[in-house]
Amino acid sequence: MNTFVLKLIAQRLALGLLLLLAVSVLIFVGTQLLPGDVAQSILGQSATPEAVENLRRELGLDQPAWARYFDWLGGILQGDLGTALSNRQDIGQSLWGRAGNTLFLAFWTAVVAVPLAILLGLVAVRYQSRWPDRVISGTTLTAISLPEFFIGYLLIYVFAVKFSWFPSVSTVHSGMSLGERLHAIALPAATLTLVILAHMMRMTRAAILNVMQSPYIETAELKGLGTFRIIARHAFPNAIAPVVNVVMLNLAFLIVGVVVVEVIFVYPGMGQYLIDHVSKRDVPVVQAVGLIFAAVYIGLNMLADIIAIVTNPRLRHPK
Amino acid sequence: MNKEHNHLTHMHPTLEALTQQAQQGQLSRRDFMRRAIALGIAVPFAGSLLPGQAFANNGTPQRGGILKAGMQGGESTDSLDPASWTSQVQHSFGQSWGEALTNVSPEGELVPRLAESVESSADAKTWVFKLRRGVQFHNGQEMTSADVVATLERHSNEDSQSGALGIMRGIESISATDTYEVTIVTLEPNADLPFLLSDYHLMIQPGGGVDNPAAGIGTGPYKVVEFQPGVRQIAERFDGYWNPDEYGFADQIEITIINDPTARISALQSGQVHMINRVEPRVVEMVQRLPNIVINNTSGRAQYVFPMHCDTAPFDNNDLRLALKYAINREDMVERILRGYGSVGNDFPINAAYPLFPDSIPQREFDPERANYHYKKSGHNSPIVLRTSDVAFPGAVDAAQLFQQNCAEAGINMEIRREPGDGYWSEVWNKQPFCASYWSGRPTQDQMYSTAYISSADWNDTRFYRDDFDALAREARGELDQTRRSELYQDMAMMVRDEGGLILPMFNDYIEATLSNVGGWSANPMGEMMAGFALSKCWLAS
Repeated sequence: MNTFVLKLIAQRLALGLLLLLAVSVLIFVGTQLLPGDVAQSILGQSATPEAVENLRRELGLDQPAWARYFDWLGGILQGDLGTALSNRQDIGQSLWGRAGNTLFLAFWTAVVAVPLAILLGLVAVRYQSRWPDRVISGTTLTAISLPEFFIGYLLIYVFAVKFSWFPSVSTVHSGMSLGERLHAIALPAATLTLVILAHMMRMTRAAILNVMQSPYIETAELKGLGTFRIIARHAFPNAIAPVVNVVMLNLAFLIVGVVVVEVIFVYPGMGQYLIDHVSKRDVPVVQAVGLIFAAVYIGLNMLADIIAIVTNPRLRHPK
Repeated sequence: MNKEHNHLTHMHPTLEALTQQAQQGQLSRRDFMRRAIALGIAVPFAGSLLPGQAFANNGTPQRGGILKAGMQGGESTDSLDPASWTSQVQHSFGQSWGEALTNVSPEGELVPRLAESVESSADAKTWVFKLRRGVQFHNGQEMTSADVVATLERHSNEDSQSGALGIMRGIESISATDTYEVTIVTLEPNADLPFLLSDYHLMIQPGGGVDNPAAGIGTGPYKVVEFQPGVRQIAERFDGYWNPDEYGFADQIEITIINDPTARISALQSGQVHMINRVEPRVVEMVQRLPNIVINNTSGRAQYVFPMHCDTAPFDNNDLRLALKYAINREDMVERILRGYGSVGNDFPINAAYPLFPDSIPQREFDPERANYHYKKSGHNSPIVLRTSDVAFPGAVDAAQLFQQNCAEAGINMEIRREPGDGYWSEVWNKQPFCASYWSGRPTQDQMYSTAYISSADWNDTRFYRDDFDALAREARGELDQTRRSELYQDMAMMVRDEGGLILPMFNDYIEATLSNVGGWSANPMGEMMAGFALSKCWLAS
């Protein structure tokens, strides 16, 4: 590893942190612009003016916005995400449980989907324009064209209602063994796999096909190597950068964009948690979740950049 | 309560026959009540003529098993503190682990719960509640008057954010007059006080729950085992419960929060839960065809409404208000918006689910000619703006469009303005002069009128400011003679119906579904899921 690469990586990290700070300002300003009143929303239609007034005072909603921003930022830098307005619970505590569930689902979906997508991509290149390629492209494109709630309901209908193999309600809770948990999340994980498979598979296929045009592949062919070996050993390493990028984008989607699947399968993840608090105008929670989502997005994209840098020989060995 | 039993000896001969018929199962409880009322028997009295088991449904209770409900209406913002409850999940879970002083039966009679009896002074201002002895909290402590007083005070003091603050406001003092006796004095005569204390926020907690409001410790048939807001809530049977013959048959109860309607039905269909709430009217027919699933629909007090501000032009003109009231096709709306799962309203917020319902008021019909007559007489001719939103009630946008078409038939030009769901309850409802809204009903007629129709009401969403109406409400509230009270309620209903700003096209049913092995289900017009008692009163048949 040389200093040039290290410098590039350090630059990325600094940029990422700066971006995160900018996002924190945006999130804070954005949540201030939300219409409606927190106290009113918490108490619902059955609130009395006295109760609303008492609650507003207690929540400290009378302080200026900039003071609340620095309070908030200071707390976060010390690892304190604050207290939820609506149920007075520590946000950190309830959020980590939810985040754990979201990561659990994302992790196992990724474990299945990423290798599967890359393998299918390799196979599609190997049998380019022949029936395996057509079948793989056709089915994955069909799956991505269907809305995710439709895939979800379809899987529920077949595997939960008709065959009773898997539960339709994927609620996970403490006290479940790993096996039980995996059984519970089978259907949402399958739904998400179908949703992200096509994207990653198509990108793998396109990136490798691009490389396959290069003269050194022809050399490898003339050397008498098998097609699959050429693809896996010679073409794929040079196609890693675009593939990693799209994989990271999909991983980020698995963490920040799965609200619909969470709702359908009643999965207690972060998306549902965010929605509940948005509708109650629970600003601290919305801010905390927004910041975590932004951090995940920035972090994964940064990781993709760094992997692309490290795996690129031209950057590792500059002239 | 107790005194009334003394009158039993002088039973009306027809009533005696009715009672016999009812006990032999020839009359449903509801029919019995209706006919008994026709004989002039006050409702609370009539209900007490029947022994509790006269209408037992699908067999005798069986103990054991885990009874599971899949419910809409829970959020990750929920808390175990009864003062904070607004959703039906908290209502149902709360009725399982907590108990109030009183309950109100499906027929609208007062049922003792933690209070054994209640007596009032002749002016209906001083109420003495005798508490049940030997009732244990889940933490082993015995319930005494100190706990009751502390609980009621926590909900009524100045800093309270309790959902029950509105009903506690009329109370002057609460005091423990004995270890097992609580005396409550109200500011004004209030014949409904024992009914109001059945409110689900007023769960008696040890020490009033002052130290730890969200501890989840009560005296109910189940004790809290797990509370994951917005995810799942579990309680197991409490061994020291005082009334195991009536409540708490399953070993454990479990509520899973399933906010997606399709997911609820598939969970029921695949047997993951035994009961679900809020089946959408448009899928009821399909769900009914599924094997092993029973649809239970309950006509309750919940209502879909269009309130007009009586003090804002053009709605300050009673002819215009009447024009709009005659220009709405109620039957059509019940048919299309509720798919028949509801009943037509009559422009006052009370229906037969309330005790002392004035049932001789003629039904207002759709009458375009009459609407046109009143419209012309009002002299108004620019478009009338109706604001609506998806969150006002399910189908509120469609209902507004139907209303618009009905109005066109009567020559009235109505303009619909669709508002965002976000902030609808704080920016539109109770602010704009004409919009779509809903009410979930209140335990008594007085409570409904005091919440939204007397001049001083916080939510007077029709801006109905009438001193004569307020005077009637005050008189009815303090009236212990039920016949006189009925007359007063009839007068009040007529005033709201003919001069008020409420357009009430329909009362919506609660539609719930259970698996066929669930026993003990009985409709309760007080609220969803047998008014929250479904989990503690139902059992699993083997």
